[in-house]
Amino acid sequence: MGLFVFVCAAAMVLVGAVGVVTRNNPVHAALSLVLTLFGIAVLFVANNAHFLAAVQVIVYAGAIVVLFLFVIMLLGVDQAEDLSLEPLTVQRPLALVVSIGVTGVIIAAVLKSQDALFARGTGIDSATLQDADANIRQLSRSIFTDYVFAFEVTSVLLLIAVVGTVVMSRRQHGQHVEESV
Amino acid sequence: MMYNFAIDPLLTGKVLWTPLLIVLLKVVVVFAVGLVATMLMVWFERKVIAGMQNRIGPNKAGPFGILQTLADGIKLFFKEDLIPERSDRFVFKLAPYLAFVPAFLTFAIIPLGGDFRGDNDGLVTWFGQQTRVQLADPPIGILFALAISSIAIYGIMLAGWSSGSKYPLLGSVRASAQMVSYEAALGLSVAAVVLVSGTLSTSGIVARQSSLGNWNVIVTGIVPFFIFMIAATAELNRPPFDLVEAEQELVGGFNTEYASLRFALFYLAEFMNTVTMSALIVTLFFGGPQPISVGSLTVDIPIIGNAFEGTIWLLLKVLVFLYIYVWFRATLPRFRYDQLMDLGWKVLIPASLGWFILLAAQRVGQDAGWDRYVVTIATVLILLVCYSLLALAQRTSENERKRDGVMF
Repeated sequence: MGLFVFVCAAAMVLVGAVGVVTRNNPVHAALSLVLTLFGIAVLFVANNAHFLAAVQVIVYAGAIVVLFLFVIMLLGVDQAEDLSLEPLTVQRPLALVVSIGVTGVIIAAVLKSQDALFARGTGIDSATLQDADANIRQLSRSIFTDYVFAFEVTSVLLLIAVVGTVVMSRRQHGQHVEESV
Repeated sequence: MMYNFAIDPLLTGKVLWTPLLIVLLKVVVVFAVGLVATMLMVWFERKVIAGMQNRIGPNKAGPFGILQTLADGIKLFFKEDLIPERSDRFVFKLAPYLAFVPAFLTFAIIPLGGDFRGDNDGLVTWFGQQTRVQLADPPIGILFALAISSIAIYGIMLAGWSSGSKYPLLGSVRASAQMVSYEAALGLSVAAVVLVSGTLSTSGIVARQSSLGNWNVIVTGIVPFFIFMIAATAELNRPPFDLVEAEQELVGGFNTEYASLRFALFYLAEFMNTVTMSALIVTLFFGGPQPISVGSLTVDIPIIGNAFEGTIWLLLKVLVFLYIYVWFRATLPRFRYDQLMDLGWKVLIPASLGWFILLAAQRVGQDAGWDRYVVTIATVLILLVCYSLLALAQRTSENERKRDGVMF
């Protein structure tokens, strides 16, 4: 059963990921991304991380990709693009190098830690699983104690991004007259 | 339990049969109840609005016109299925299901009955199996409802986009902006309930509201309830927040290009969502299937068993909210778009966040043994300072915009 769920979810993730790269239409690509995110959420549930799965769906599928779609629709770039045109010529060879590099690193990591693949861990502490809310309690405890600094710094980073966007997109006083003509 | 499935593919073992059958039965019952409730809701809305407007309303099909929805459904079923030429065919066909399925999924986590009195904890025994009168009770409970309501945006958004026409696109962009904005306020008012309940599971939230004084609407101090109610109305795209289908501006909104069965699915999803949201309000704030009881005095319906009585209580409470939603529709004029966004971002989100902080501060004070009134007054003062800063920022930005000559 566990294997079955894993295979289905992994297929969802892979099909979605391939779709994001290969679909010509940006809206279809964004929908493929949703499929991938759902697959990951299923994998989280299969590993008893219910809270992470819910957050994955609420934040990524429910907010971020919706905003992607929003921007795609508002900017009107929702037509299929001609992929043979490339504004940045260095982009594709560079992408190839990076992807080969990442693949190599992952393969090396797997080969290096081959023993760990077959080792059986003690798994999740099943005693805490009896309590339905233990998952959330443990997560929040580690976020707000051990990793509180990283957590707060991340939120400050997001805040800076928001303020920066507002500052950069705001028209200066009197400038809108020239721009709108 | 699920591992037995592989060992015992013919399901001959005694272990699996009953739970599996109970789950299947629950799925069928929840699906049927959902459909029938939606059908009756459409009739109820038309009839009540007709009453409020001095009309008769549907009165031909069946007694009191109760079968009107069924007749409409059959008519829609036999209409021609149109797909606009400029549409994106795949997404156009997918979108109604993306709207319809989430509407049903939320229904799965609502406790539909059961006996929560004493130490019963809502468990009932069916065919020798202990179970709950709800389809699923996941540990993330109420977060599931939030996740599903954020998924429901896709149906509307993609329907508008894939129609290949500008009015549906405008309608869907409005709808998704509105739903994303109000989801924050919705989530923050749910967080207040979770904070006082100490659990995310819907049955757990219901179990803690054993008497009238324990109902979350009172425990959380009524403000989260009002915020949830307003945000839920906006989330449902119902009047006075139905800018999605502002007929004067947008023809018919996101579903302009839809006809026949696909239109019926959108229509069904809309009313299904209304029923589910009312049930969610009752579950979160009004004790769900719990009977009304003050202190040791409980209003008990005689003869009927306690477990089934829960269903009756839930039904009565949900009916009150359904009536309120219809009442909204008949009474309130539609908001303007900028008013809608102002209400969401400048009033509801700060208010729900402030109230949440107040509740959390009281919680911390309780744990640390501080004086309750001192904690409350100190928090309120801090929140007032925050609010005045916010108001100052808003006034500054308004002045700047006026200077730049922006209309609103």
